[in-house]
Amino acid sequence: MAYVRPVSKTSWYLAKRSYTVHMLQELTSIFVGMFALTLLWGISAVAGGPDTYQAFLDSLRSPVMVVILWVTTVVMFYHAIAWFSVTPKAMPIQRGEEFVPAIIIAGAHYVIWIVLSLLVLLLAGVF
Amino acid sequence: MGKVNKAFFWSLFAAGGTLTAFVFPALVLILLLAAYGSPPEIMGFEQMQGLLSNWLIKIAAFGMLALALWHAAHRLRTALHGLGLRADGAVAAIGYGIALLGTVLTAYYLMQI
Amino acid sequence: MSEIQIELEILRYDPEKDQEPHFVTYAVTCQDDWMVLDAINYVKDHLDTTLSYRWSCHMAVCGSCGMMIDGEPKLACKAPVSNYANQKARIEPLANFPIERDLVVVMDDFMDKLKRVKPYIIRKDEKPIEEGEYKQSPAELKKYKQFTLCINCLCCYAACPQYALIPEFIGPAALTMAHRYNQDSRDQGLAERHDEVATPVGVWDCSFAGECSEVCPKHVDPAAALQQLKIATTVQWYKGLIGMGGK
Repeated sequence: MAYVRPVSKTSWYLAKRSYTVHMLQELTSIFVGMFALTLLWGISAVAGGPDTYQAFLDSLRSPVMVVILWVTTVVMFYHAIAWFSVTPKAMPIQRGEEFVPAIIIAGAHYVIWIVLSLLVLLLAGVF
Repeated sequence: MGKVNKAFFWSLFAAGGTLTAFVFPALVLILLLAAYGSPPEIMGFEQMQGLLSNWLIKIAAFGMLALALWHAAHRLRTALHGLGLRADGAVAAIGYGIALLGTVLTAYYLMQI
Repeated sequence: MSEIQIELEILRYDPEKDQEPHFVTYAVTCQDDWMVLDAINYVKDHLDTTLSYRWSCHMAVCGSCGMMIDGEPKLACKAPVSNYANQKARIEPLANFPIERDLVVVMDDFMDKLKRVKPYIIRKDEKPIEEGEYKQSPAELKKYKQFTLCINCLCCYAACPQYALIPEFIGPAALTMAHRYNQDSRDQGLAERHDEVATPVGVWDCSFAGECSEVCPKHVDPAAALQQLKIATTVQWYKGLIGMGGK
């Protein structure tokens, strides 16, 4: 009788550091979803008129929201960095017999990300 | 959830992940600044209303929010399964359901501006 | 050449005698350039002839000696004992496979899945012999060459958390084979393989943990193959929606 070794369905990701890191990366999506819902809330507030919008801005200033926004900021940067670092694996670019090195593909994404972000911040009046 | 659906959900996940990676960091910084009482100019009501009245912006905002929600729903489906939550059908229905609701509401409110 | 002392804590299991596997420790004096496989061979030759395990080439091309060494799936012939000098090294059969006996695992699940992905050139139209061979440029070869290096050692399956949680998952090596043939310019079988690959237990069970590529002793990078396969499968699915599935 072949012996089947049991696998923990709930704590396998704690067994190895790289498993834990992977699980944390997957869980960044919680913050992506929550931030999207926050933006939806903001849009609904704009649709509701100046008073509802002001209430939305005031809610952002509550201590709980400030903490959430800080955590979300860190997580969003982590998401971007992690996402662009693995993008080259999914999109190999072949030139003749050579492949464009992963670092160039990832690098290009990082540059576009930074430029785009600065543009958005500039247009928003941050500086 | 048959094989037909997984390609569809995955493509939304991939597009959403890429889009949010590019724009969400900057956007959350703007909200963070607003939370500190010095909102960037764009966060003023007139500016926001003006910005969101533009149809191109409406379409961009809709696409971005919708893809972000579907990205999160799909990735959380996998993550929760990995955490030991076996009821994949229920998780998928709830997750994609929220994403669908969010998508519809986004369109609804954008059209009111 | 000097000597190294190690202790191998080997998981033993005799299906005819044991209810459960259990560890037995063997002290081995090794030469400093030995691989773990040499130490295991020493155990079998001098300490316990009942020990069962697979091995063959001792040069990382046959894929036979895959096993867990201190919890990491590795080829025993590629793991220097010097990494475990004066320590205990835990030797177990490859994770996520049933144990047949000692370090020998039941590979049938993988063999079955490999067949299902049709890992061979599929032509819709065969060229007659007179027209000569199917030509392929160096660039066309380079496109899929990396994925041909797989030696079926199953280290990737032992590392894959999805295969551990979902035994029906077709898995990294088999899906990489599907992608290898899809990318081969001589092949016309993508649509045919799509039926296996596009199922929930096909490429969609992969969560891109990337563990497979981390442990692969031949640097095949199955994780990359699977992400590329996801994109190709998605494109094929959308094509199918508009009637361009090309079956």
